[in-house]
Amino acid sequence: MARVLVLFAHPRLEKSRTNRALLRHVPRRPDITFHDLYERYPDFNVDIAAEQAQLVAHDVFVWHHPLYWYNAPPLVKQWIDLVLAFGWAYGPGGTALRGKAMGHAVTTGGPEAAYQAQGYHGFTLAEFLRPLERTVTLCGMRWVPPFAVHGTHRLSDADLEAAGERYGHWLSTLADHAGAPAATP
Amino acid sequence: MSSLLVQAVVYLAAAVVCVPVAKRLGMGSVLGYLAAGVAIGPFVLGFVGREGADVMHAAEFGVVMMLFLVGLELEPAKFWRMRQTVLGIGAAQVVLTTAACAAAGLAIGLPWQAALAVGAALAMSSTAITLQSLKEKGLLGTAAGQQSFAVLLFQDIAVIPLLALFPLLGAAPAAADAHGAGLDHLPGWMRTLAVLVAVGLVVLLGRFVIVPLLRSVARTRLRELFTASALLIVVGIALLMQGVGLSAALGTFLAGTILATSEFRHELESDLDPFKGLLLGLFFMGVGASIDFRLVSDAPIRIAMLTLGVMAIKAVVLLGIGRAGRLSLDQTLIFSVGLSQVGEFAFVLLAFAAQLAILDGAWTGTFMAVTALSMALAPIVSFVSERGLLPRVGTRAKPARAPDTVDERHAVIIAGFSHFGSTVGRFLRANGVAATILDNDSDRVDLLRKMGFKVYYGDATRADLLEAAGAREASILVSAVDGLDAAQALVRTARRHFPHLTLMVRARHRMDAYELMDLGADRVYREHQDTSIRLGVDVLRRLGHRAYSAYRAGQQFAKYDENAMGKLAPSRHDLAQYISNVRQEIALQEALLTADLAHDPTAGDHAWDSEEMRGAITGRPPAST
Repeated sequence: MARVLVLFAHPRLEKSRTNRALLRHVPRRPDITFHDLYERYPDFNVDIAAEQAQLVAHDVFVWHHPLYWYNAPPLVKQWIDLVLAFGWAYGPGGTALRGKAMGHAVTTGGPEAAYQAQGYHGFTLAEFLRPLERTVTLCGMRWVPPFAVHGTHRLSDADLEAAGERYGHWLSTLADHAGAPAATP
Repeated sequence: MSSLLVQAVVYLAAAVVCVPVAKRLGMGSVLGYLAAGVAIGPFVLGFVGREGADVMHAAEFGVVMMLFLVGLELEPAKFWRMRQTVLGIGAAQVVLTTAACAAAGLAIGLPWQAALAVGAALAMSSTAITLQSLKEKGLLGTAAGQQSFAVLLFQDIAVIPLLALFPLLGAAPAAADAHGAGLDHLPGWMRTLAVLVAVGLVVLLGRFVIVPLLRSVARTRLRELFTASALLIVVGIALLMQGVGLSAALGTFLAGTILATSEFRHELESDLDPFKGLLLGLFFMGVGASIDFRLVSDAPIRIAMLTLGVMAIKAVVLLGIGRAGRLSLDQTLIFSVGLSQVGEFAFVLLAFAAQLAILDGAWTGTFMAVTALSMALAPIVSFVSERGLLPRVGTRAKPARAPDTVDERHAVIIAGFSHFGSTVGRFLRANGVAATILDNDSDRVDLLRKMGFKVYYGDATRADLLEAAGAREASILVSAVDGLDAAQALVRTARRHFPHLTLMVRARHRMDAYELMDLGADRVYREHQDTSIRLGVDVLRRLGHRAYSAYRAGQQFAKYDENAMGKLAPSRHDLAQYISNVRQEIALQEALLTADLAHDPTAGDHAWDSEEMRGAITGRPPAST
C-alpha cells in the first residue's frame, strides 16, 4: 500500500478534452490525493511549507501535465525550484523524500511514432524527460516510468474513455503496489 | 421695471467681478460678495442706497433656504454617531463663547440684550472657511478636524433656536424689567399652542404630503417641475411659519430634517443649491452695502482691537475646550485657531438683531465690520500659527531625537501615512527599505516615532518641509495624501522645487489621475484599480472559471485598462467643454466602454489552447466541450 499524490498542472484545462477525460478517471480512494497546482497557485506563489508537508505525507508522486515544447508547463518548474529545496530534498541533510517514488503522466499532441529515435522529434518521451528524471533521483527517489497518452488531437471519444480507464488503472496500481520502498538508491 | 433691471445688472456685475478676485486671493466667496456689496454701496460707488434694505429683505430668503439645506444635510445617522462630540464640545463652544463675548459686550457698554445677541452672533465660526482649509491641508480625518466639524455642526443647528429666541430679547422693554420679558400670559399661551400646531403640521406635511407629492412629480420626469416643487415646499413652509408668527428659518429647517431621510434628499439639495447660492450672495452683498464705513474710518483702531479681541476670546475658549477634551497640544492649536474667525451666520444673526431693534445701527455696522475683518484675517492667522506656533509646541516638525539618523538620508519619502501610505511604508520596511515619512496628524506622528519610523510632522505640500525631510537627496517621492487638493499641491510643489524626484502618486480615480498626470506626476496609481479587478477575478472563479485563466484575464485587463487610460488622456481635454465634472466623468466612461467593445480580452492569449491546435490539425472547428 502506498499513498499517491497527483500533482496536476494544466494552464488551460477548460480547453483540453484529453485531460478532462483523464481527470474523470482519477480513482476516488482515500490513498490517492489529487492536487490541482494551477488552480491552487494562479499567481505562481507556491506555498512551500504546505507543499513539503503534503510530500512528507505521501509515498508516490505523479506529475500529471501536458507536454509543451518537450517539457512540463512553467508552474511545474516553479514548484520544483521552490519546494525541492536544498537541505530538504537534496544536499546535506536533504533527505526528506528519500525512498519515495516519482514519475509522470503526460499527454502529447503528437503520435507515439513521433517520439522515437527515427521519428519526427528524434527522441523518445523518456529521453525528453531526462532532466526531470535526474531531479527525482537526485532527491533519493525512485523514478517511475511515464504514463503517456499520445496523439491527443486525433483521439475519438471512445479512445479518450479507454485512455482514461488506463490512467485510472495505472494510478490504482501505483497505490496498491509501487509504494513499497525500492532497493536503496 | 427698468430700475429693477438696472439694479439686477449692478448686483450681478459686482458679484461677477468681485467674487472671482476674492477667490483668487484665497479669501473665499463670502468675502467676495461682501466686497462687492461694499463697492456698490453708498460709501464707494453709491449705486445702491436706501433700497438696499428692500434687497436685504428679499435676500433674507437665501438664509431661509440655507437652513432648509442645513436640515437636509443633517443626516440623522451621522448626527447620532457624532452626538457626544457635537452635544459636548459643540454646546460648550457656543455657550462659553457667547457668555464670554456677552460679558465683554457688557464691559464696553452694550445693554444686556444687545450683548447677548452679539455674543451669540460672534460665537459662530465660518463653516466655509474652516472646512475648506481643513480639507486643503488633509486634516479632516485628524482629531482636530473631527472636533472642528462637530463644533460647526452644532453651530449650524444652534442658529435655529437663536433665531427663535432673538424676538424675546427684542420684545423686552428698554427698562430694566428683566424677568417679565414682555410676555402677556394669554397671548403667550396661545402662541405656544400655535407653535406646537404649526410644528406638528410641518412634520405631518413632510411625512404624508410632501414625499408622495415629490414622488408623483418625479414620475413626470420634468426637471423644472421638480425644482418648482422644491421651491414651493420652502416658500410654503416659510409662509405657514410667518402666519403663526414663528421664524421661517425654523420651519424650513424642520422640513429639511424630515426630508433628509427621503429618497429625494440629493435631488432637492442640487436643485435648491443654485438658488441658495445666489440669494445668499445677494444677502452678503446687502450686508456689505449696509456696513457704515464712516464708523470704520472714524475708528479704525477700535475696529481692529475689537476684531483681535473677539478672535482671541474665541481662540482661548476653544483652547480650553480642546485641552479639556484631551486633545494633544498641537491638535488643540489647529482646532482653536481654525475656528477663531467669526462666520457668515453672524451676519444673519446681526441683521436679525438689528431688525428687531436689539442692536442699534452703529453697533450693527461695527460688528458686521468685525465679522468681515475676522474672516479676511482667518487665512493669515492660520498661516502664522502653522509656521510660527505649531513647530514650537507638541509634535515637532522633525524627529526630536535620533542622533544616528540625523545625517542619514532616505531615498524614498512617503507623504501621508493613513491607510494607503502606511501600507506602502510597511511593505517597504518589510523589504529593508527605510523611508522618510511626512504626515500632518500629530497623534499619528507621535505613534510612528515610537515605532521607530523617521517621521516629519507638518504639511507635506510645503517646500521647506520637503527640503528638511531630505527631498534634495531623495530619489522617489510617494504621494499618499488624502484627497485631490492636497495631492495636487504636493505634486506642484515637488515638480517646481525638486524636479529630479520621481513622483509616484496615489489617485482616487481616473479623473483625479488625469489631473495629477497633467501636473507632472510620473506614475499615478488609482486606488480602486487593482482591488476591483481582483474582485472581478474572484467572481469569475466563483462562477467556475479556472483560477489561472481568471488570473490571466485579470492581468490582461489591468494592462489594457492602463493603456486605455493613457490613450484617453489627451482626448480628455476635448471633454473639458462639459461644465460639470459628473458629465465629464460620464463622457469618459462612455469613451472607455466604446473602446472595450473593440477590445478582445483573449487576443494573443492562445497558448496552451489545445482545441485551437486540434481544429487546425484535424480541420474541425474547435469544439466547445
